[in-house]
Amino acid sequence: MLILTCPCCHVTAEETEFHAGGEAHLKRIGPDGAEGEFESYLFMRQNPKGVHLERWRHVYGCGKWFHLARDTATLEVFGAYSAQTTSPPDHIRSAIQEKHPEWQWQGAS
Amino acid sequence: MSETVTALKNAHYDAGIAEVSEIGPLGMITIRGDLDAPFVRKVAKKVTGVERPERGMCNSEGGAGIAWMSPDELLLMCPHAQVPDVLARLHAAFEDTHTLAANVSGARAVFRVDGPHAREVLAKLAPVDLAPEKFTPGMFRRTRVGQVPAAIWLRADGSFQIFCFRSVAQYMFDLLKAAAQPGSEVGYFPPESGVNREKV
Repeated sequence: MLILTCPCCHVTAEETEFHAGGEAHLKRIGPDGAEGEFESYLFMRQNPKGVHLERWRHVYGCGKWFHLARDTATLEVFGAYSAQTTSPPDHIRSAIQEKHPEWQWQGAS
Repeated sequence: MSETVTALKNAHYDAGIAEVSEIGPLGMITIRGDLDAPFVRKVAKKVTGVERPERGMCNSEGGAGIAWMSPDELLLMCPHAQVPDVLARLHAAFEDTHTLAANVSGARAVFRVDGPHAREVLAKLAPVDLAPEKFTPGMFRRTRVGQVPAAIWLRADGSFQIFCFRSVAQYMFDLLKAAAQPGSEVGYFPPESGVNREKV
């Protein structure tokens, strides 16, 4: 069971009050993109065992979307941050690197 | 004008460990916009008589009140008969701004859970820490009750007021009744730190 804190309304609740929205920081492929790129934008997702950046929505609460950094193996939550970002902020990166020094953000995919 | 009817015609249940009643009709108006804008605070105060609440809180006085719903949403409460008047005043005040005021009185059902075990009844149903030192009077929390979205407000008198969609009013009433059925006291919260009063 995950315990998450919504960065918008600052409510701490367990995961049934939220809804997972899949991988974060996807790079959108527009009409000019190649077919293969568009396919991977639509369908190909990372499925790491370990650090993962995700989108979540506080669906039963304030209704806002946000980003979350967590460990899929241990369910440790490194932090939640604004949905209005295109990359994880520094405090999230350092929180992850404290536990996983080798971890590097791979960039929007 | 047509007669206003609440979803369950003010259904009432008092055979269990807490009193459950559908209340209303209650006037409810949603305000969406920049809640920190001075004019929103001023107008909300002017039409209800209470200050705009801080995050996660609800201010009320008499039949009027304001609840904090989300970073850009307030729920304004007033006597049902005053809704058209209050709405007209809000529309006039918000005219040139990017702010919404909409009447949602008919879209919601409102329940009251009262009695010394009211806290326990809600704690059985919602994934919220309802410990007396954590969930204090005046707090307003949007969450899930059973399978439906709802908002829980702990009033100053120790009773809980629950807001949900009108379409799930029957489910909510049945759920509260089941959680309040006779002999279902859990005794998790120490009675002296719970509701500090006798059942009236």
